[in-house]
Amino acid sequence: MMKILMKNRELLLVVAIAALLVLITLRFPAFIEPANLARVYNDTSILIILALGQMAVIMTRCIDLSMAANLALCGMVVAMINSVAPGVPVPALVLLALLLGAFLGSINGLLIWKLEIPPIVVTLGTLTIYRGTIFLLSGGAWINAHQMSDAFKALPRATLAGLPVLSWLSVLMIALIYIVMTRTPLGRAFHAVGGNPHAAVYTGIDVGRTRFAAYCLSGALAGLSGYLWVSRYAVAYVDIANGFELDIIAACVIGGISIAGGIGSVPGAVLGALFLGVIKNALPVINISPFAQMAISGTVIIIAVAVNARAEKRKGRVILKKAEAH
Amino acid sequence: MKLAKTLMMTAAVSLALMANAAHAENKKIALVVKALGIGFFEAANKGAQEAAKELGDVEVIYTGPTTTTAEGQIEVINSLIAQKVDAIAVSANDTDALVPALKKAMDRGIKVISWDSGVAKDGRLMHLNPSSSPLIGNMIIKLAADNLPDGGDVAVLSATATSTNQNVWIEEMKKVQGNYKGINVVATVYGDDLADKSYRETQGLIQSYPNLKAIIAPTSVGIVAAAQAVEDAGKVGQINVTGLGLPSEMAGHVKAGSSKSFAIWNPIDLGYSATMIAYDLIGGAEAKPGAELKMGRMGSVKLDDNNEGAMADPFVYDASNVEEFAKIF
Repeated sequence: MMKILMKNRELLLVVAIAALLVLITLRFPAFIEPANLARVYNDTSILIILALGQMAVIMTRCIDLSMAANLALCGMVVAMINSVAPGVPVPALVLLALLLGAFLGSINGLLIWKLEIPPIVVTLGTLTIYRGTIFLLSGGAWINAHQMSDAFKALPRATLAGLPVLSWLSVLMIALIYIVMTRTPLGRAFHAVGGNPHAAVYTGIDVGRTRFAAYCLSGALAGLSGYLWVSRYAVAYVDIANGFELDIIAACVIGGISIAGGIGSVPGAVLGALFLGVIKNALPVINISPFAQMAISGTVIIIAVAVNARAEKRKGRVILKKAEAH
Repeated sequence: MKLAKTLMMTAAVSLALMANAAHAENKKIALVVKALGIGFFEAANKGAQEAAKELGDVEVIYTGPTTTTAEGQIEVINSLIAQKVDAIAVSANDTDALVPALKKAMDRGIKVISWDSGVAKDGRLMHLNPSSSPLIGNMIIKLAADNLPDGGDVAVLSATATSTNQNVWIEEMKKVQGNYKGINVVATVYGDDLADKSYRETQGLIQSYPNLKAIIAPTSVGIVAAAQAVEDAGKVGQINVTGLGLPSEMAGHVKAGSSKSFAIWNPIDLGYSATMIAYDLIGGAEAKPGAELKMGRMGSVKLDDNNEGAMADPFVYDASNVEEFAKIF
């Protein structure tokens, strides 16, 4: 039983989330109510969308630290446009956020592809540049609820078949990325480039171009999240989603996506994000001190990663043994 | 370059003064702000002009650097010394950097006070705080209580668990809690001044305390997030969000009904009071611990051991005035 669990990371996560829910319910029974679970899912939607993008990047042995800054910049740009020109239709703004995000992501991709700068350095740099750009654009001023049009704020809140559009958008993104990862040459290339870049080159995959594509994807998803974020919280300022890049990476790592690249899945990223989302939403209602909250969040992440690391290590050993046997 | 800049600024100030040469006997009070073009300080200037009009024989020189730097303010102060103004009231970009320049001013008989953002004790006669921690602590619970004649459960949404300002205010609030009958503070949660965490903590409060009647958020990020969360949860009218916020950031939520009222210091009153105090000092009043200085319609301010004083209760904003102030800051 334990062995099956260890081998199947997604199943392990499902069990862990279920156990977590049981524990929370012991202290706060209303948490398990379907309406509340739907609310938790909705709250986690943005993290899920971002984790999908980060997953693609991490799969190719890279990392994107600039996602939260990209989100904040795209969010600020669409919020500013909406405040000056409320007439611009919201779908156009969503599309703009997507494109702008993809463009910002492509800057990361190009620098890593063409100049071969280490991804962590590039994205750390662009993180600061994007945050700085928001300040330059806004002059440090906030865009507030009353400056945004009603339609701008209404889209993620509108309900469709019982769930908010925000939730549906994340479902749509999960489906899309799942198809890309499992049914397209690009998805295969992500796996190959991260698994073994040299072998990938021999099979005719352009490693740099694949990484570029991964960054464009993560950028586009960050841009989309930018719109969703500012409209959901009805406020845009320089520091929104500050530090959120760490949550995104944590979600991926918990979801079993290997920082060393090549290993990972869409269900893993989604479950990793949900795991964090459940914790984030449960901590406020189970009434424990804020200092304990931080410690609990940190401990849970380390336990999850430790479990993943063990699972990964074992897999490595098995392959080596087989190789020796030949 | 620096000299040229100083000369130019001196020339500009002297031109401005010459234009008013007709009122030669007017007292010249300089209101030095962190930087020009900031709504908050433009509003303070409005108050200072109001004070000047009321006093009659005062001319307010509203000035400051173009960016929020201490060097810029030092240049401005030097040129004001050259112009022999009677008083300088400064909101400082740096606590210590302005001290030598301000000391020089005081040596020449210029009355120097700081307001809003203070300078070290050596560099000024007194400092005017917009409000004080006890006043703020009392105000935030009063705002909640005013809308709850029958009492009820209220919760506090703060910034981080370690932020000094908020902790002091909440402590002061708890001290006077007994004065508000029936007001029951059920929880204090921390949104870390992050929009998403504050939003989530508010949702948690709504779930944990079904009888919650008010949320007090003494932080500008928290109050906005809490108001949004209350609106999204459909609890407008049931839960009132209040605390400290800026009118421009809260206008939408006051309109939506999630916040009936909130407070923050009024920059107009602040500029007015600073000018009045400067005038009082020019008139011979002495700034020493225990002294009371006159602030016109704002009453008077009593100085503590550090020669600091608190102007007044934070100013309350509600549906009747928030739109007007939202344009200012």
